[in-house]
Amino acid sequence: MVTSVTSLGKNGLYDWVIQRATAVILGVYFVAIIGFLIANPELTYSQWHGYMTSTYMRVFTLIALLAMAAHAWVGLWTVSTDYLTTRQLGAAGTPLRIAFQAVCALVTIVYVVWGIQILWGI
Amino acid sequence: MLQVSIYRYNPDTDTEPYMKEYQIDTGGKDLMVLDVLSLAKEQDSTIAYRRSCREGVCGSDGMNINGKNGLACITPVSEATGGKGKLVLRPLPGLPVVRDLVVDMTMFYNQYEKIKPYLVNNTPVPPIERLQDPEDRDKLDGLYECILCACCSSSCPSFWWNPEKFIGPAGLLQAYRFIADTRDTMTEQRLSDLDDPFSLFRCRGIMNCVNVCPKGLNPTKAIGHIRNQLLQQGT
Ligand code: SF4
Ligand code: SF4
Ligand code: FES
Repeated sequence: MVTSVTSLGKNGLYDWVIQRATAVILGVYFVAIIGFLIANPELTYSQWHGYMTSTYMRVFTLIALLAMAAHAWVGLWTVSTDYLTTRQLGAAGTPLRIAFQAVCALVTIVYVVWGIQILWGI
Repeated sequence: MLQVSIYRYNPDTDTEPYMKEYQIDTGGKDLMVLDVLSLAKEQDSTIAYRRSCREGVCGSDGMNINGKNGLACITPVSEATGGKGKLVLRPLPGLPVVRDLVVDMTMFYNQYEKIKPYLVNNTPVPPIERLQDPEDRDKLDGLYECILCACCSSSCPSFWWNPEKFIGPAGLLQAYRFIADTRDTMTEQRLSDLDDPFSLFRCRGIMNCVNVCPKGLNPTKAIGHIRNQLLQQGT
């Protein structure tokens, strides 16, 4: 059994389920957005504003934002543990991997907070 | 004349590996790659490779043949080269080279050992043998036939990147062989031993393993079965 401190679910099954579930959420979200744009070819700002500030879209966008954060984290964490390792890069592997994961975590948190601010600011 | 290019590396004398060219007289026949290797060895006795059964049952002569892993003894030259061009032989990728076509399989065997490749049953031993229904025995078909040639694991990118953490297709196929065995009583323990981010879940379903297995086995399917059982147990 290989344990890890930085994987999101701390267990392979959780990460795997998170990755699949968030992919579905993001897929449905983009279908909803693109569907709306296709259904409204003559879209005005106030229509778009109304759609995006409806409670339904706010909740959905928030869920999609969190799904994106989780999805990106699990994906990039996996990439970093494949390629940024001692096996691939020698002694620099571990510090690089930790730095990369820290940057990913920071960017993800910033995007989530910023996204929420935009969502409730419009 | 068949042109053959063989990966050569002797750590005692060479600073780095190189490809050496040979011209082999096949007598116009479509030989197996292993036969070509033994003809090459008649020309140059320093070529090192492993083989034993020469009929696809021992798993010793796994190597990379024109870019694809396989057993030299059961791969016809025509299949490897597509009937034209030269034969290119390299050691199995991703494992340390001991010499020429011989690789160090320690990392591969370590992963195999981790999955406890033996039946565990802590109920009292019956007087004669542990019986199994024919239908339950059928569940082991497509699993027990593995000859541990390492063609699959050494073609798997996930195994190349994490050979110490990812069990790899061969080990996981065997893990499922014991998970699926109704005579084994350690199923739950076996499953939870694989439930970390690396041991099983590094499989990305690329199916290189299925593509190369000389015994026609399907590790990806076995991995899917284990994942489903984990999902059942964990949700
Ligand atoms: S299917 Fe999984 S085990 Fe097989 S080669 Fe791909 S990643 Fe490796
Ligand atoms: S699954 Fe196939 S390729 Fe892999 S070790 Fe077993 S026999 Fe070889
Ligand atoms: S020599 Fe035994 S499998 Fe090829």
